[in-house]
This record gives sequence, structure tokens and C-alpha cells, in this order.
Amino acid sequence: MIKRLSKCIREYKLPSILTPVLVSLEVVMEVLIPYLMGKLIDDGIKKGDTDFVVRTGILLVILCLFSLFFGAAAGITAAKASAGFAKNLRHDMFHNVQGFSFSNIDNFSASGLVTRLTTDVTNLQNSYQMIIRIAVRSPAMLLFSLFMALGINGKISTVFLCVIPVLAIGLALVVKNAHPIFRRVFKTYDKLNNVVAENLHGIRVVKAFVRENEEDKKFRTVSEKIFADTKRAENILAFNAPMMQAATYACILLIAWFGANLIVSTGETEMTTGDLVSLLSYVMQILMNLMMLSMIFVMLTMSKAAGERVCEVLEEKSDLVNPENPVYTVSDGSIDFESVSFSYSGEKGNYCLRDAELHIKSGETVGIIGSTGSSKTTLVQLIARLYDATEGTVKVGGRDVREYDLDTLRNEVAMVLQKNVLFSGTIRENLCWGKEDATDEEIIEACNLAQAHSFIQEKEDGYDTYIEQGGSNVSGGQKQRICIARSLLKKPKILILDDSTSAVDTATDALIRKAFSEYIPETTKIIIAQRISSIEGADKIVVLDDGGISAVGNHEELLSESEIYREVYFSQQKGGKDGE
Amino acid sequence: MSNQPQSRNMSPRPPVSRHGGTPVRIKGEKLDFKIIKRIFTLVDKKYLFLMALVFVCIFITALTSIASANFTGVLIDDYITPMLKNKSTDFTELALMLVKMACVFLLGIVSAFCQQRLMVVISQGILREVRNRLFTHMQTLPISFFDRNSHGDIMSRYTNDTDTLRQMISQSVPQFVSSAVTIVATFTAMFAKSIPLTAVVVVCVVFMMMITGKVAGNSGKFFFKQQQSLGDVNGFIEEMITGQKVIKVFCHEDKTKKEFDEKNAELFENTFSANKFVNILGPINNNLGHLQYVILAITGCVLAVNSTVNGLTESSILFLELGGVVTFLQLSKSFTMPINQISQQLNSVVMAMAGAKRIFEVLDTESETDEGYVSLVNAKRSENGEITETPEHTGLWAWKHPHEDGTTTYTELQGEVRFFDVDFGYTEEKIVLHNISLYAEPGQKVAFVGATGAGKTTITNLINRFYDLADGKIRYDGININKIRKADLRRSLGIVLQDTNLFTGTVRDNIRYGNLNATDEEIIEAAKKANAHSFISRLPQGYDTMLTNNGANLSQGQRQLISIARAAVADPPVMILDEATSSIDTRTEALVQKGMDALMKGRTVFVIAHRLSTVMNSDVIMVLENGVIIERGTHEDLIAKKGKYYQLYTGAFELE
Repeated sequence: MIKRLSKCIREYKLPSILTPVLVSLEVVMEVLIPYLMGKLIDDGIKKGDTDFVVRTGILLVILCLFSLFFGAAAGITAAKASAGFAKNLRHDMFHNVQGFSFSNIDNFSASGLVTRLTTDVTNLQNSYQMIIRIAVRSPAMLLFSLFMALGINGKISTVFLCVIPVLAIGLALVVKNAHPIFRRVFKTYDKLNNVVAENLHGIRVVKAFVRENEEDKKFRTVSEKIFADTKRAENILAFNAPMMQAATYACILLIAWFGANLIVSTGETEMTTGDLVSLLSYVMQILMNLMMLSMIFVMLTMSKAAGERVCEVLEEKSDLVNPENPVYTVSDGSIDFESVSFSYSGEKGNYCLRDAELHIKSGETVGIIGSTGSSKTTLVQLIARLYDATEGTVKVGGRDVREYDLDTLRNEVAMVLQKNVLFSGTIRENLCWGKEDATDEEIIEACNLAQAHSFIQEKEDGYDTYIEQGGSNVSGGQKQRICIARSLLKKPKILILDDSTSAVDTATDALIRKAFSEYIPETTKIIIAQRISSIEGADKIVVLDDGGISAVGNHEELLSESEIYREVYFSQQKGGKDGE
Repeated sequence: MSNQPQSRNMSPRPPVSRHGGTPVRIKGEKLDFKIIKRIFTLVDKKYLFLMALVFVCIFITALTSIASANFTGVLIDDYITPMLKNKSTDFTELALMLVKMACVFLLGIVSAFCQQRLMVVISQGILREVRNRLFTHMQTLPISFFDRNSHGDIMSRYTNDTDTLRQMISQSVPQFVSSAVTIVATFTAMFAKSIPLTAVVVVCVVFMMMITGKVAGNSGKFFFKQQQSLGDVNGFIEEMITGQKVIKVFCHEDKTKKEFDEKNAELFENTFSANKFVNILGPINNNLGHLQYVILAITGCVLAVNSTVNGLTESSILFLELGGVVTFLQLSKSFTMPINQISQQLNSVVMAMAGAKRIFEVLDTESETDEGYVSLVNAKRSENGEITETPEHTGLWAWKHPHEDGTTTYTELQGEVRFFDVDFGYTEEKIVLHNISLYAEPGQKVAFVGATGAGKTTITNLINRFYDLADGKIRYDGININKIRKADLRRSLGIVLQDTNLFTGTVRDNIRYGNLNATDEEIIEAAKKANAHSFISRLPQGYDTMLTNNGANLSQGQRQLISIARAAVADPPVMILDEATSSIDTRTEALVQKGMDALMKGRTVFVIAHRLSTVMNSDVIMVLENGVIIERGTHEDLIAKKGKYYQLYTGAFELE
């Protein structure tokens, strides 16, 4: 874990190394200053030597300035190193997430990823700063003090050697017990985030059903769980400070006893009162720094859990990868399914799409129809290699989709998803997702094809109208048309519309189809639809039923051959001949 | 493609300024100590006692550490030196003192432990309180709040911002108290030793505090920015990860990464600046302390020499012995130490202020107003046809309408809805619905058709009062809907929205969302009506299948079927179906329709649909254009009229 995380230091290596160096220099100053202060008292004040006091005073001021300089510099480099480390962590995680395949995305929940990228990273950032600043300072001070203590009187200093191991065992126990609870706490945090996120997304449902109180209860349950778990974890950590104090006080008392005995029994020959004073002040220093170390321990315990969660994201490998020698051109828009079966779990046997055999020529218009849950979406997702077929091969332009460079393939196979999303930004910005440097003419052309130009133009700010998160300020039908225009801008060889005109009225729907056949005849068009009228005119219609292809043919053929198709057709004709 | 009326922008939700010009995001940069005070108003009364206990513990702990600081002096002056002088080898007195001391220390340790344990309860309790309050308050906010604010940014307030409070409460506050105890104790001792030197210390401390204040002020500005950036990054991640599949389809990963990197860099800058200031504060104060020491040493020495030369006596305030200088210097060290410790804590205080500010921004957003007083009650009809209230569930509902003269009338809930000249706009300047008048008799099916953005969804949003009218009146069973309690009004309306939202939980839980008291049989019954039963039965765990990520494991049509079942189980007298079947194939829809027709017999239904087969058999069809009802009548009437409906129906013209 540490190895993986430390890879994220990168350009902040310099401040990360500089900080401990500067801190060490500061420590040197901080050791010198009390020494001089002691001299100031013993040789200056006690003798009433004002001259000496002033001279040492000036020297002290100079040292202070150095110490200030080193300390401040270390503070700045530490801030830079830790903030930079956090930046790189977020950067790496986010970039890795961008490489996730659809099934990777399905594995992680959105709210889980959000907490990992923010709360967990903040935890790690704090620990990192702690480590490079205090984790150097405390051991340095500790060693120095221990060294000095041993120098004064080795025998009495053995007291430390007895107390420190006891302390170490205690600390280890604390960490061992607290860590699993902290891991659980973080998981609960994900849940909390999830409850809030779902509430935010579904606030209309919540309000419409007057479920505010139930949502509140749901939230309180999670909130209560966080409270209980954190309390348990922190209760264990609460042993820390008293344990340190107990050690300190034990040391003080023991040293006082043995010291006093030694001094009195030997008549200040083996040890002087002055030595005892220094020894006791070193006890304080040693244990103060041990206390600091234990605090770092606590922080590390908490961040160990965070670090593991971050690593999970960093180490997740996309299960769809580019082939070794990818093909960068798609020759045409033909599509072939050769006995393709698929299951989302990747297990054989439990297929949701079975034995699909389908051949589509370049430039054809293909309609797909089938009842709810009959794997229409699953079928078309395989064309853009959003998932890999579990069995069989899917070919585009005569080649297995797994041979193509992923970007190339997806740029040529434009898919308008059923659950489409607009991002916060202007309409133009959203459209430019299809083509980054699209000119105004191109944009207008695409919008004309998708029948979106007129309504966009009538908006107050036209193409610069700002779309809120999730496209909440345009109607469903408008959203769908913007999404279609966005895909058209890619000028793809294959265009897939996954029920993308469901909220568009029939008339407009017909106009979109008309525009398609007039202006982009070479593009292979695959249309999933509920309305027969949307696919009636297609060259080929595929009828899906319960995960299998039940019939393929044109409208007339299917009317005479397919029971299902006929049934759908007549159910839509009922009530008016010239209807949908 | 002629006949294009100038459709005004009819967004179904309010137009909002860009950059999420939120009411929540106030530019606040100055340190505001009032916020600290307000944080403490969040402390529940039940913690006051614990808080007091904690203070007692801190007090004891602080006293023990003062005792341990004095221990060395006592040990040497009162025991070792006399023993050396007397050449005594009797250690009993020393042992006794050490045992006494051990008791004091033990007390200190115990109280430190108690303090830690209590503090955990208090700090975590306050955090829980803050989160709960935030959520409870959020539930009362109007829909427009959710339209305006980025979801990720709101989420950040529950985690990142609330967390800033933790450190302040659990560490800074105790530190302040214990430092205060030490400061008072040492200050008294110093004052007794030498007034002029104490004056020097005071001047130095004031100077230190001024610098600290300045630096902390600077970092405060950046901490607020840091929390803001953090919210921003949170919002971006949330939006992008929710739309991750679209990003993939468009190969837009690189662009997204670039955009993220920009926000990430901004967060880095703010974090760096904020921490930089806090980090240099320590060394500054530390060395100012040293400087003070030097100044004191020199002044003290001068004073002491002066005292001896001029033969001053103890009565003069300038009197000082050389030995006194040494003691004073020790005291001044223990005086500046707690001050340094406090300044180290400023970092978390400043951060907590930044976090609290963002939390209060949400808490200060005004709740949805509800001045309704008419409530919905279970009712029964007596033999003479009179309606009376009853506690048991009868299936008959009535509006309980208290009048000013103290009488109460009951009106049967029938589901009659009338609009009288209703105007509405999401903002005051822009009216999107004009003069809407309509009536729906109980049991009628009313359909709204019209081009996208004609204002259909807006009308239904007014019936359940997601938004308030600009002008006109809506009466529900003859009662002005403003007089009906919002919760009761919404409970009487079943609604299935275009965007399905399912919650994490089993399929059964999701359907039960419509009616928490529904039995398993009723749930299955409702699912059958919605024609969802067959596919649910085929799911791996049937009704107990877990749904996550808004039902990601279901198809869009299946999600819609579940949300229809959810509304069906609520069994409301009025039902609003807003494009509820758009992703369901027509065969299934026909089956759903049949189930729904049976369910909605005798009840009022509002239907919005583009698919004319869905609306054809309605009692009344309203054709909307640009927020005005331009045609109304039955399917046959409107076809005969050969107006807009006819055009729309035959696909002859485009409406926009």
C-alpha cells in the first residue's frame, strides 16, 4: 500500500525531502537555544554580569532568526508537499476511473468513489504532512534527549528502557483494535453519502410521496451507526493519552526516587542535584515526543483505512484493454454478430443474451423492437465494446471489435444511451462533446438533423443557454434531441439510438428519421424503439424476445411471419388507423 | 415545417444562472467569531452536563501538570538539599512524598482518561446532531433549492465540512480550557514576583497575539476557499461519475481529466496557501517566545543590578533579586507554552469556522412554507349520509376543514381538480403558464399533450405544490389548495415521474415506498397491476433482489414498471402519470393500462404523454402550446376539429 501511495509524490519529492532536512536544522537550533539559555542564567544572571547577558542575548536572537527561518521554510515546504501529494492522489484516482470499463463502473458505487476522492484523500494528506514534519522532529528530539540522558547517568536511564517497551505494546494493541473499526466507519461514510445522494436525485419522488420523515429515519440510522462506530474506535484511542501520561509520571517518580537515593547515599559524588534536574527535564522531553509519536500513530491508524480504500481504486484495472497492435481505422459500418452470448457477471450459462446471429450491411437502417427487459440495450452495447461478449464474436467493418483501438471504435460507433446525461455547462459545450472543435455551422447542421436547432434558438441565450446538473432545466424531449445532435457531431459510421426519442412527439420523431435518411445515408443506423412507426421504414427489423433474436425481416415480412411483431403492431393501431 | 409559433423558453424547471449562482455559496472571506458562538448553539442541552464534567476533568489534569512542573523544585529544595545538609539517610519522608505525588498523578491520569472518553461522546454526538439537523432541514427545503445546487457540493457539507468541526470540538476546546488554567496560574505567580517584568511579558504576548491574528486571518480566507474548492471538486466528481457511461461513449475521458485537473490544481493552491500560513505560525510564536525570554533576561538583569546598586527594598516595585530573575524566566516559559499551544490549535478552529459557515448556509436556507390547515382524515359515512372522522382505516377519506368560527366541516375526498386563471413562472419576470383554466371531474382521465416544453409537467408541479402560483387559484374538491397541508395534499396524489428514481433496497422496499403499511400481498397485487410481477419473479431473488445505483441492474422500462407499482400501492384518489410509460414497449403498456384502468376506476387521472395511444381514451384532452391551452375535448372532438391535435396526431406538422 505504502509503495503504491508513495508513487504519487512525484514532483513534490523536493519539498518532501527538504521538509525533514529543514526540520532537522530547526531541531538543532532548538537544542542550542535552551543550552544557551541555561548559560545565560548560570554564567550571566546568577553572577549579575549584564554584559554577558546582552552578548548571549544577541547570539540567542540570531539563533532565533535561524530557527524561525528553518521552521517557517519547513512549514511551507510541508504544506506544499502534502497538498501536492493529495493533488496527485486525486489526479491518479480520477484518471484511473476514467479508464474504467462499464463493468468496473458497475462495481464501484458513485458515492463510494466520491468519498475516496475527497474525505479519504484529505485524511491521507493530513497524515502525510504529519509524517514529514513531526515524524522527523519527534524521533530526532527523542534520540537527542535519550542520548543526553544516558550521558548524564546510564544506570538511572535504564528506567526508560523498561517503560518504553511496555508503552510500545500498549500502543500496538490500540492500533490493532481500532483499525478494523475505522475501516467499517469509512464504509458507513459511503452509505451516508449514498443516502444523501439518492435523496438529492430523487427529491421529487420523496416529496411527492411525502416520505421526508422516512428519509430522515433512514439517514438517522446511518448517522447513528457512524456515531456508534466512531465512538467505539475513538474510545479505544482514548487509552492513548492517559497511557502516555502514566508512563511519564512513572518515569518521573522512579527517577526521583533512585536519583535522590543515589545523590544522598553517595553525597553528590556519583550524581549532582543539577544532574537530576537535567535528567528530569529530559524525561519530560522524551515523553513529550513519545506522546507526539503516539498521536502520529493514531493518525496513521485512521489513514491506514483511508489508504487501503484509495489503493483499491488506484489498483483496479480496467477489464477492457486495448489490444497490442490496435487497428485505427474502421473500414465501413457493417456489423456482424456471430453466435454471441452475453452475461453481465461473465459467467457462462446464465446468459441474458443468447446465441445472437445478426448481419447488418453498411448504411442500412435497422430497427430493434422487443418487450421490456428483452436485452435490446445489451445487444447494442456490445457493438461499441462497452462490454465484451462472453461467447462468440462481434464484428464491425469485418473485424472483431476487440482488434480495434477503443477510442477509434467508439468514435465511429456513436451511441445515444437510453439513460442519457447532459452535463452542467452551456448547450454548446455539451454539443462539443461530440466534436471538440466543431464550428458553428457543424453544430447547427447537427442540431437541424436532430430537430433541436429551432428550440435551442428560441431560448434566451440560444446555444449558450446554461444546462444545470443532469439537464434539469430542459424538458425530456429537448434533452433527448440535444443528446442525438451531440452524437451526430461525431460523424460516425454507425449510429445507435437506444430508445432515444421516447419523449419526442411522433411528428418530430418522423422528421428526425427523415433527416437521417436524407443527410447521412452512408451511416449505419440502429434504432431501438417502442413505436412501430419509428422503425416501420427500416431496411431490417430485429424482434427480440427474452434474450434471443426471434425474427429478422422488413415490416411486411414480419407482419406475415412474426407473431410478436404482429401483436405489437396491432396493439398500436388500435383506435385509429392513421395513428402511431 | 411551416407554422412554427415562437415557442418561448418553457423549461420545466427554473432557469438558473450559470456557475450555479447558488444562494448557498456566499463569498465570505473574513473570520467571523460569531460562527464559533453559533457552533455551540448546536450543542444539545443533554451534553451540557457532560461538558461541565469534561471541564472539571480538564481542570484536574491541568493542575496535575502544574504540580508535575513544580515537582522538581520541591524535590530538590525541600528534600534532597536538606537531606544532603543533614547527612540523613532516612528516606521515609521522601517515599511518603513520592507516594502522595503518585496519588496526584493517578488522579490526573484518571481524569485525563475520563476527559478523553467523555469528549468522544460529546464531539461525535455533536457531529451526529449537526448531520441530522442538516438532513432534516434539507427535507423541508423547496424543490427550487435542489434545482439550484450541485448535488456533490451539498454532499460535501455532510462529510468534509462536518468533519472540520470534529477536531475543533475534541481537541481545540479542551486545549483552550487547560491552557487557560495554566495561564491564569502562572500569570498570578509572575505578577507576585515582579510587576515591571510582567508588563514586559504582557506587551510581548499582545504582540504575539496580533501577529497570530493576522496570520490566522489570512489562513482563514484560504480555508474557506479550500472548503469551497473541495465542494466544487466533490460536485464535479459526483456529476462525472454519475455520467461516466456517457463519457465513455464519447471517448471524452481526456477532456474530463483535463477539466478535473484544473479544479484539482485550484484546490491544491487553496490547500497549500491555507496550510502554509498555519504551519509558519508555530515557528513564529515559538521564536517570539525565545525573543521574549532574551528581553526578559536583559531587563531582569538590569533591574536586579540596579536594585543592588541603589539598595532598593522589597516595597519598591522595581525591586528584584538575581534569584528572582531566574524563577521569573522559568515562569515566563511555562506562560508562553500554553499560548503557543493555543495558536497551534487555531488551524483547526479556522477550518471549523469555514466548515460551519457552509453548514449554516444550508441551515439558513428558508424552508418550504406551508400555511395549510386543512388536513386529510379517515372518514365514515353515517346512515344519513353525513361524513364523520374516524380513527380506523375505512378507505374513505375526507378533508377536515376547521373554520374561523370554531366549527369544522368534512368534505369527502373525491379528486375534483379545478384551475382558475392560473399564471405561473419559475421566476417573477418570466411567466410560462398563462391563464390556465381547467376542470377534472372525479373519475375523469385528463390528458395533456403538446410539444416538448409546452408546460405540461409544469401544470402537474403546481397541483402538488412543488412550486407556488403567480396568479389564479387551484381548487381541490372545492378547497383552495393553499389551505391544504402540503403533506396531506401530496399524500392524496399519486405521481409517476418521467425520470425514475429508485432507492437502494430490495424491489419490495421500493414498491412499499408508496405505502409503508402495505402487506406483501398488496405489494404483489400492485406489481401485477403494473405488469411488473412477471419480470420481478424472474429476478434472481424475486422481490428481495437488491437494487443499487438507482436500479442499475434493471432496464429503463423495468424501472418504470416498478415506479408505477410504487404509485399503485399508494392507492391515491388522484394520479399523475408524467411520461410514465415512455420506455415501456406498447404491448406491455397496453397491459399496464388495463391494470391501471381497473385501479383508477372512479378516480381522477392526469396523463402526460407523447405517445397518443396512451392518451387517446381520455375523457378530456388538453392541447398545450407555449403555456396556453389551445384546444380541449375528446379524441373524436379534436380529430373532427382538425386543429393542432389533428396535426400532431397525423404527424403532418412539427409543433415547434
